[in-house]
Amino acid sequence: MKIGHRRRFRRLGAITAALAASSLILAGCGGSGGDNGSAGSGAKASPQALDAALKKGGTITYWSWTPSAEAQVKAFTDEYPNVKVNYVNAGTGNDHYKKLQNAIKAGSGAPDVAQIEYQALPQFALPGSLVDLSAYGLDSLESDYTPSTWAAVHVGDGLYGLPQDSGPMAMFYNKDVFDKYHLTVPKTWDEYIAVAKKLHQADPTKFITDDPGDPGFATSMIWQAGGKPFTTDGKKVTINFQDDGSKKWTSVWNQLVGDGSIGQIAGWTDEWYKALGDGTIATMNIGAWMPGVFESSVPGGAGKWRVAPMPTYDGQPATAENGGSTESVLKQSKNPALAAAFVRWLNNGNGIKPFLEKGGFPATVKDLNDPSFVNKPDPYFGGQPVNQVLTAAAKSVVPGWSYLPYELYANNIFGDTVGKSYLAKSDLNAGLESWQNALVKYGNEQGFEVNK
Amino acid sequence: MSALHTVSNRRRWWSHREIRGWAFVAPFLVVFALVFLAPIGYAFYLSLYREQAFFGGNTFVGAANYVDVVTDARFWDGAVRVLEFFAIQVPIMLGLALVAALAIDSGRLRAPRTFRLVIFLPYAVPGVVAVLLWGYLYGTNFGLAGDVNDLLGTAIRPLSERWMLTSIVNIVTWEFVGYNMLIFYSALRTVPEDLYEAAALDGAGPLRTVFSVKIPAIRGAIVIATIFSIIGSFQLFNEPNILRNLAPNLIDTHYTPNMYAYNLSFGGQQYNYSATVAIVMGVITAIIAYVVQLRGSREAL
Repeated sequence: MKIGHRRRFRRLGAITAALAASSLILAGCGGSGGDNGSAGSGAKASPQALDAALKKGGTITYWSWTPSAEAQVKAFTDEYPNVKVNYVNAGTGNDHYKKLQNAIKAGSGAPDVAQIEYQALPQFALPGSLVDLSAYGLDSLESDYTPSTWAAVHVGDGLYGLPQDSGPMAMFYNKDVFDKYHLTVPKTWDEYIAVAKKLHQADPTKFITDDPGDPGFATSMIWQAGGKPFTTDGKKVTINFQDDGSKKWTSVWNQLVGDGSIGQIAGWTDEWYKALGDGTIATMNIGAWMPGVFESSVPGGAGKWRVAPMPTYDGQPATAENGGSTESVLKQSKNPALAAAFVRWLNNGNGIKPFLEKGGFPATVKDLNDPSFVNKPDPYFGGQPVNQVLTAAAKSVVPGWSYLPYELYANNIFGDTVGKSYLAKSDLNAGLESWQNALVKYGNEQGFEVNK
Repeated sequence: MSALHTVSNRRRWWSHREIRGWAFVAPFLVVFALVFLAPIGYAFYLSLYREQAFFGGNTFVGAANYVDVVTDARFWDGAVRVLEFFAIQVPIMLGLALVAALAIDSGRLRAPRTFRLVIFLPYAVPGVVAVLLWGYLYGTNFGLAGDVNDLLGTAIRPLSERWMLTSIVNIVTWEFVGYNMLIFYSALRTVPEDLYEAAALDGAGPLRTVFSVKIPAIRGAIVIATIFSIIGSFQLFNEPNILRNLAPNLIDTHYTPNMYAYNLSFGGQQYNYSATVAIVMGVITAIIAYVVQLRGSREAL
């Protein structure tokens, strides 16, 4: 056990040391990160400033886990040979954010441009770690993007990135399973419940869907139901999981979680991929980026899966965003104009082509309406032109949603609270309530005024 | 004495015996101060403040963080769990290690070297890899656990609420039996041969020799191994943190005190509170380890 303890101890030591170092540095230059960039002051730079920065060249660092990032960086430097881009894959999701957060707190070491998911954007934008791109006139690009993604890159009045992709939800279903058990594709959640029960009774090893309790999924489902549990106005935050939307969702989902007709295999694990391939999981209500995941990680499901619009409460089309990212410019950047120019190229220029080639789902209206994109048959889905369904979904996203300004923390403790309801197969509403209580407490401790 | 003093006084300052001694340990002391004392000091400093993750604001709060930790149900939930883990896991692991060491030492095994190596081998597997490996085996849908259940008609789900701690006990035992066996075995090798001869002359059989000669002779090693195991148990982190991916609702952010400290700082940027949790847990661990050491050495006398 000796080395084991020592190894752990060393890690703890390293963490403490890192903390020590970072906070000392922070203390040394606290507040200096504020407005050293040309974008910080009131003076507005123009898009021409970005062109000038590209012409002048320089070096920037880019952190991203987008599958196409490497190809995009190569295409960019081919086009602008005097710009050098250091591309770093600093991990996926939370690993990436932890490193980013540490670099921001340390006051140095952060990249110039970083990928940030929509749900995480307020957490970085609010404390002033990101550059407001409207200072470069990029707010004029509004009409290029879908309204939901354009809203998602705003925090308050600031524009903190350009949308890279979008994840309007749709229902992916395993046609083989539906055919075998004579199920009809549900259009409403009531029908969905009936199908779920029929399937699970016919074969207890099959589940209508898999949901072990996932914060991203839960918030998207509340979004689709019209719930707006989070509102933020500066420091003032309201959290309310007892609104009609949240209750609408739990009244449906409780029925499925309660009787075990939903599987609870942890997502993104080996078991999960296998269960998607062998018919254990019959449907997934998930973002439009899912085809890429199916094709790369679920070979067993080829030819079996199809896409249909997500079931709704009243049969009218309504959906929500699930995932999706933006690229943002960090305040720490020494060359914010060049970094902003890179972001513009990535998500509003020639960077979109390599992104789409790697199976990305765009946020740009032009590409979403491009017939060659929309009508392309997908062999994995038995030749179905899946983008017809997915692009239609992009147009029926329920407006008005916003995430919590500390959504990453909220996601981290989801398992402690709502997860316990999933575990006990009991009322999700009670879980949401304890989630809310924990979030109110945390927010008030961290400088917000929550529910006051 | 006084003569020596004058002599050394006449020498240059750097040749002074004491200073020379310090010079020899200086490299160690510098590193020790830098990577051990400074972080602890800094953690203590952090624990006296409360900084808001948003909108700045760092205030001195004195002992308030400590009061909060001591009354924090989440902290005690984790602390009680590692205590439970310690009470179950350490006797099993050390017992197995002792049996294995005695078996090799008995000289009656056919291939003692192979035996020793095979038991030690899991220790050579990096901890993270070991847990991932066991994670696959524990899977009830496609893993070995699923196959065993199918074969025997049982319904053991290693990653369920009922079995999780047992599953972690199993992994840690598998990882560290070999290491502890090696401690015990090397201690057994240092037992003087004449003790065995005397025991044999007194007519002691093999079992009697084990209980009256061998085990008392390696008591020191057993105490040491126990203390290492206490520290290891109380710092339980790797295993539950990786299994959390497979059972996110069951293993919550405060499953063990170390996980709690980690998630507080890296999930919630509550560095001050995290440092306090780490210090409180460190003090508890030190007290328990000290008590065991006192008891162990008293009985050795």
